[in-house]
Amino acid sequence: MKILMEGNEAIAEAAVRAGCRAYFGYPITPQTQIIEYLAKRMPEVGGVVLQAESEVASINMVYGAAAAGARVMTSSSSPGISLMCEGLSYLAGAELPCLIVNVMRAGPGLGGILPSQADYWQATRGGGHGGYRSLVLAPSSVQECVDLMKLGFDKADEYRNPVLILADGLLGQMMEPVELPELCETSSANKPWAATGLHGRSHHNIINSLDTVPERLERHCLHLEDKYRQIASAEVRHETFGDSDARVVVVAYGTVARIVRSAVERARAEGMKVAMVRPISLWPFPSVGIDEASKAAERMLVVEMNAGQMVDDVRLAVHDRVPVRFYGRQGGMVCSVREVFEQIVALYKEVPEYVHA
Amino acid sequence: MSMREVFHRPEALADVATHYCPGCDHGIVHRLVAEAIDELGVRDSTIGVAPVGCAVFAYNYWSVDMVQAAHGRAPAVATGIKRVRPNDTVFTYQGDGDLAAIGTAEIVHAAARRENITVIFINNSVYGMTSGQMAPTTLLGQVTTTTPGGRDPQRHGFPIRVTELLNALEGPVYLARTAVNTPKNLNVTKKAIRAAFECQIKGQGFSLVEVLSTCPSAWGLNPVECVGWLENNLIPHYPLGVVREPAATPKEEVAVGAR
Ligand SMILES: Cc1ncc(C[n+]2csc(CCOP(=O)(O)OP(=O)(O)O)c2C)c(N)n1
Ligand code: SF4
Repeated sequence: MKILMEGNEAIAEAAVRAGCRAYFGYPITPQTQIIEYLAKRMPEVGGVVLQAESEVASINMVYGAAAAGARVMTSSSSPGISLMCEGLSYLAGAELPCLIVNVMRAGPGLGGILPSQADYWQATRGGGHGGYRSLVLAPSSVQECVDLMKLGFDKADEYRNPVLILADGLLGQMMEPVELPELCETSSANKPWAATGLHGRSHHNIINSLDTVPERLERHCLHLEDKYRQIASAEVRHETFGDSDARVVVVAYGTVARIVRSAVERARAEGMKVAMVRPISLWPFPSVGIDEASKAAERMLVVEMNAGQMVDDVRLAVHDRVPVRFYGRQGGMVCSVREVFEQIVALYKEVPEYVHA
Repeated sequence: MSMREVFHRPEALADVATHYCPGCDHGIVHRLVAEAIDELGVRDSTIGVAPVGCAVFAYNYWSVDMVQAAHGRAPAVATGIKRVRPNDTVFTYQGDGDLAAIGTAEIVHAAARRENITVIFINNSVYGMTSGQMAPTTLLGQVTTTTPGGRDPQRHGFPIRVTELLNALEGPVYLARTAVNTPKNLNVTKKAIRAAFECQIKGQGFSLVEVLSTCPSAWGLNPVECVGWLENNLIPHYPLGVVREPAATPKEEVAVGAR
């Protein structure tokens, strides 16, 4: 049965259904509804919600709860995620599973409270110090928010690694019908590494990211690298739409991808050969999928709500074989279907000149 | 000939050598914490949080489950652990740079929430790990590598009395400052650590024991001189005593002689 839910609340309910029983967070627009919803909902399932004194504290509470074997999450928006980056690095280093939701707002600095995708680099390159990776998932509908929450928690546990849900302010606030999964429970019993107290265990568990012996620390780094390689090969997710022999291929994620899809549909209706690729996992990036979709392409277009960040990854994906153009809006401005359509038309018109040049 | 055991390693203390400098009080306080854990019978259900500072390797020194925290964040990490494992005993062990500089927000709010954790706070008036810079607890006039002419209030501000600062809050349930400079004070410290853990085990809430400690390396004194310096300088500025107990009203101060 489908029910109508706002993105933020759907994310919160999906967390509960996915067995998350601990949430630590600090209010920030446009995602404060998550902590407000959970403040009412968590007690019903015996879970914990705590409003921390800062995002620095929230992420470290997440670190503690994850260390103790709990299925745990936090959520925030851009400035708050910046404060969490230290903790993210520690979580990755100590190999602790957790889920972090970033409902992005415009930046830099305090920026604005309206939607943005300007944290792509921060999310996909780590954000914090030390060279680590988080699995980054980008939903484009409220239903997909729900689905990726469960997947995210499961993958976090599977790889013992932080997972980031990268949404934009539009998704947080929009109402859409969703199908919710059944409520499930998880336990720390299948996390034998966790610091749960000995309770009869003979060796003590240590959760740690420090090693002052370089040979051992290098081994740990190599182990992490190996894990990231596994994630990179097994967890790529994307969606392709349009003509397989497209001359123009558009790449967009999140809510922008919905606008792009409408523009692509319109262009195809007018007889143009166009396709789009929507990355669902931003790291690992669907480079192969993009490369394949652009086999016949003469132009690529990347549309983002920033000054051009994912565009770098698209250029790498097509090895600069195809010219990659960028169209973006910033500061909380959202591109329209017409704007994107005009970009496609303009690129399409460029093609013959390029080909015959 | 029969032998009487006069000294044994507490079960909660791991059978490993520590890396502390000779004459450093960290090791003594580790032992007192281990004894308290053993006596209260909670070794099997205790989770400790190690700081960033000289005690960073403390995760190897207690034979309980341990979590290493980022610099200053131990109270937040302990909060996360305690909230998902409320029946286990959770403690942090932190230095003065960790707790009173970079981690000021985390300790104040854990205390204000009456978070049911125990904090062992080592005040040695310097940053030991990074070899002797000014700490928030450095005394006026005290020479450190970043206050080569002595701490000058005009330029470096004033030392923080953490126990008194936290005593201004309603949250804490047990607050005490002790030292380990004499056998008597060692006993007082042991009792205070035990009382702090007891508060938590009884579910009463936040407890903290501040232990005035020596740092021979950063102070540039031998261990014996350190004890004298601590007695003549630290104790007068940081009065010893239990300032908050479960039964006491928030403002009541229980005066305990300095030595
Ligand atoms: C974010 C961060 N900043 C700085 C440091 C460097 N650092 C390590 S230990 C330390 C000071 C520790 O002093 P204190 O807490 O007083 O403990 P002690 O070493 O005296 O026991 C500093 C500044 C760090 N590890 N992390
Ligand atoms: S530097 Fe100071 S605090 Fe650190 S181990 Fe040596 S004496 Fe102890």
